[in-house]
Amino acid sequence: MSHKRSDISIYVTVYVVLLVLLALTVEAARHDLGHWNFAVTMAIAGAKAVCIGLFFMHLRTSTPLVKLVVTASLLWIAILFSLSLADYWTRDWDSLVGGSRDVSRSDAAQ
Amino acid sequence: MSDETQAAQLSPLAHQFDDLAQQNEADDLGMWLFLCTELMFFGGLFLAYTIYRTRDEATFAAASRELELLWGTVNTAVLLTSSLTMALAVHAAETRHRQKLIVFLFVTMLLGCAFVSIKFMEYYHKYLHGLMPLLGLPFKWDGTSPGHAEMFFDLYFVMTGVHALHMLIGLGIMLVLLVQATRGRLLGGFSGPVRVTGLYWHFVDLVWVFLFPLLYLIGAR
Amino acid sequence: MTALIETGSMKMPDLGPLSKRNYLNSGYTVRSWLLTTDHKRIALLYLMSITFFFVLGGAAATLVRLDLMTPQADLVQSETFNKLFTAHGVIMVFFFLVPSIPAVLGNFLVPLMVGARDLAFPRLNLLSWYIYMLGGLFTLYALLAGGVDTGWTFYAPYSSTYSNTYVMATAVGIFITGFSSILTGLNFIVTIHKMRAPGLTWFRLPLFIWSIYATSIIMVLGTPVLAITLLLVGLERILGLGIFDPRLGGDPILFQHLFWFYSHPAVYIMILPSMGVISEIIPCYCRKRPFGYAFIGFSSFAIAVFSFLVWGHHLFVSGQSIYAGMVFSMLSYLVAIPSAVKVFNWTASLHKGSISFDTPMLYALGFVGLFTMGGLTGLFVAALAVDVHVHDTYFIVAHFHYIMVGGAVMGYLGGIHFWWPKMTGRLYPEGWARLSAILIFIGFNLTFFPQYILGYLGMPRRYHIYPPEFQVLNVMSSAGASILGVGYFFPLTYLVWSLYYGKRASANPWRATGLEWQTPSPPPTENFAETPIVLDEAYDYKRMDGQLAEGGTA
Repeated sequence: MSHKRSDISIYVTVYVVLLVLLALTVEAARHDLGHWNFAVTMAIAGAKAVCIGLFFMHLRTSTPLVKLVVTASLLWIAILFSLSLADYWTRDWDSLVGGSRDVSRSDAAQ
Repeated sequence: MSDETQAAQLSPLAHQFDDLAQQNEADDLGMWLFLCTELMFFGGLFLAYTIYRTRDEATFAAASRELELLWGTVNTAVLLTSSLTMALAVHAAETRHRQKLIVFLFVTMLLGCAFVSIKFMEYYHKYLHGLMPLLGLPFKWDGTSPGHAEMFFDLYFVMTGVHALHMLIGLGIMLVLLVQATRGRLLGGFSGPVRVTGLYWHFVDLVWVFLFPLLYLIGAR
Repeated sequence: MTALIETGSMKMPDLGPLSKRNYLNSGYTVRSWLLTTDHKRIALLYLMSITFFFVLGGAAATLVRLDLMTPQADLVQSETFNKLFTAHGVIMVFFFLVPSIPAVLGNFLVPLMVGARDLAFPRLNLLSWYIYMLGGLFTLYALLAGGVDTGWTFYAPYSSTYSNTYVMATAVGIFITGFSSILTGLNFIVTIHKMRAPGLTWFRLPLFIWSIYATSIIMVLGTPVLAITLLLVGLERILGLGIFDPRLGGDPILFQHLFWFYSHPAVYIMILPSMGVISEIIPCYCRKRPFGYAFIGFSSFAIAVFSFLVWGHHLFVSGQSIYAGMVFSMLSYLVAIPSAVKVFNWTASLHKGSISFDTPMLYALGFVGLFTMGGLTGLFVAALAVDVHVHDTYFIVAHFHYIMVGGAVMGYLGGIHFWWPKMTGRLYPEGWARLSAILIFIGFNLTFFPQYILGYLGMPRRYHIYPPEFQVLNVMSSAGASILGVGYFFPLTYLVWSLYYGKRASANPWRATGLEWQTPSPPPTENFAETPIVLDEAYDYKRMDGQLAEGGTA
C-alpha cells in the first residue's frame, strides 16, 4: 500500500506543527486585530486541516478519485453556504425598495 | 493464534473483490464518501452558525468570552494528540506490530475519553452559571441582546454535542477494534478496518479544529 | 480472469447441470433470506417493503380524495385530514419513491450490469434494508399512535414548537431511513467505480448505470442535510433549543433552506432512476441505439449537479429576499435543460426504429409525455410572478404528481415489467399488463389534469373545505383516482400470479443488450460463471438482430 511509506517521524513532525499552530491561534486571539482576528483564526484552522488531511489521512498518496471526492464535497459546502447567504445577506436590500429614496410611489411599500 | 497461522487459514479478500488492492481502494473510497456525508451533516450546523453570527457579531463575541478558553485549548491539544496516536496505530497495524497496535489504540481511546470528560465538565460549569438554555433552564445574561446570546449557547451545545456524539461512536468502534487486536487480528492484509477507522477519527478531529476557533475565539480575549 | 462470455459474439455460457441452481432456490429458510448478503435477494426484500408502503400511502390518498368529493368536511375532521395528507406525503416520498428504483432495480441490476459478483459492500447493503425497516417502523408507530399533521415538509415553527402530534417519532423514522439511502448510494458509487468488468469503460455502460450513479451522488451529498434539519427540529422540541425560534432571533426560514437543500435534489433522486429505466426500454423496443448516448449520460450528471442549485424556488413567497428569489429562478430554468435534452434524445431515438408496443414500451412512452408536461409546468412556476399566484395551490400538486406519478411511478412499473423475467424467471401475462398500463395512463390523467385547472382557479392545497364551484373538478379528480387505483391493483395481482403460473422465461426474452441478459433467468447467486470481458459498445442492437437473422442465439 502506497501510504505505508509515511514515516513515524513525519507523523510526529506534523503533530508538532499542529501544536505550534494551536499555540499561535490562541495567542492571536489575545490581541484585538479587529476584523483580522477572524481571517487569522480561519487561516490557521485551514492550515491545520491541510496538515491533518494530507499527512494523517494520506491524501498526498490517495487515488485521484479520492481527491476528486474531497474537492467535490468542499464544493458542495460552498454551494450550501453561498446560495443560503445570497438570501440572508440581501434581506436588508429589500428595505431599499419603497423607502424614502423611492419617490415614485405614493406610499412607502408595506 | 499466531499471525502466520491466521494468515494461512483465512484470506482477507472478500468474495466480491478480485484482489486485495481493489478491496483496499474500495474500502478507502467508501469511507471517504461517508466522510463527505458527515461534512454535509455538520455543514448545516456551520451554516446556521454563520447566519446568526453575522447578524450580531458583538454579542456572539461576548458570549464566546464566557467559554473556558483553557479547557478548550487543552481539549484541542488532547484531540490532536489522539490523531497522532491513531495514525501510529494504523501504521502499527499495517506493519504487523500487534503490541504497538494495542497500545496506540488504547491511548487513543484514553485521550478520547479525556476529551469527552473535559467537555462534560465544561457543560456542567455552564449549567452552574446559568448559561445552559436547555430544557427550560433559566438563562442568565447581564449584557445586551440576551436572545442572541442564548442563540450562541444553543449553537454551542448543539455543535459540540453532535461532535461529542461522533466521538463516542468512534470510541465504541475503537473498543471493538481493541478487542480484535488483542486476539491477534487486524494485522497486515487485515488492517483495513483500522485504516478506515483512522480516517473517521481524523475527520472528527478536523471538525473540532474548526469548532474551537469558531466557538472559543470569536472576539479578542 | 479469462472470458467465457464475450458480448461481442453473444455466446451463452454453458453452465451445465448448475443452470438449474439460481439465487431464488439457493436456500429456502427464512434465515437465508433475512441474513442474505446477495444483492438480488436484498432487492426482493426491498420490493416487498416498498410495495407495502405504497399500498399504505395509497390508502391515505384514497381517503383524501374521498373527502374532497364534497366541498364540506364530510368524511373526516380537519385535524384528521391534515394527518392524512401528511401520511400520504411522508410515506410516498421517503418510504416509496426515494428507495423504489434504486433499492429494488438498482440493487438487483447494478452488479449484473457491470459484470460483478455483488456490490462493493454486501453486508452494508443488508444493513441498509434493516435501517430502512427500522425507520419505517418508527413512522408506522407514529401513524398508529395518532399521526402527524405538519405536512411532509415539517415547516418550523409549527413542527418545532406548536404541533401536538407525533412529530418526533416521524422525524426519527425519516432520520433513520435517510441512512439507508446514504449507504445505498455509497455502495453504488464504489461499485460502479471499482468493480466494472474488464473492457467495460464508462462509455460502454448502460445508461441506467449513469442514472443510478448520478442519483447516488445526490443521495450521498443531500441526505445528510435533511438529517441535520430533522435533528434540529427534534432538539427544538425536546431540549427547547431556539435555532428556528423567532423569539430568540431565530429564523423559521432557515428550516426551509436546510429542508429544501435536500428535498429539492430528492425529487431528482426520485426521477433520475426512472429516466435511466426509460433509456433502457426505448432502445430495446426500437431495436436501435439511443440517440446521443453521451448527451443522455452527461445530462444525468448535469441534473445531479444543477439540482442542488435551485432549492430556493420553494421559498419564493416565504420571506426569502427578492434578490435570492431572482437567482434561484434563473437557476431553476437552467436545471430544465438537461431534462429536456433527455426528452429530445428519447424522441429522436424513436425515429426509424422498429417499434413494438409491449408493456414496458407503453410505460416508457407514457413517461415521456407525462414527464414533459410535468416538467414544463415546472418552468411555469419557476417564474417568480407565476409562482406568487399558484404557490400552495393544486397547480403545484398537479405539477409534482405529473412528474412523480406520471414520471417516476410509470418508469418504475415499466422497469419492473421489463426486468421481471430476469428477476423471477417468469413472464407476466402481456394482455393484462397492457390493459393495466392503459388504465393507469387514463386514470392518472383524469386524476391530475383537473388539478392544474383547480390550482390556477385558486383552490389551495392541503384544504378539504373549498368553494362549491370547485366541486365538479374535484369529483373528476377523485373519479380518476379510483380508476388509477384499479389500474395499480392489476399488476399487484398478475405479477404474483405469474410467479406460480407464468410461462418460464429464457435468459433474454426481449433480445435486449446488456450484461444482465447474458446470464440465466433467474441468475445464479454469483451472477456470472466467469467474469465477462466486454468487447462491444453498448446498445449494439444492429449486431444483435443481425446475428439472430443469421441463426445465432440471443
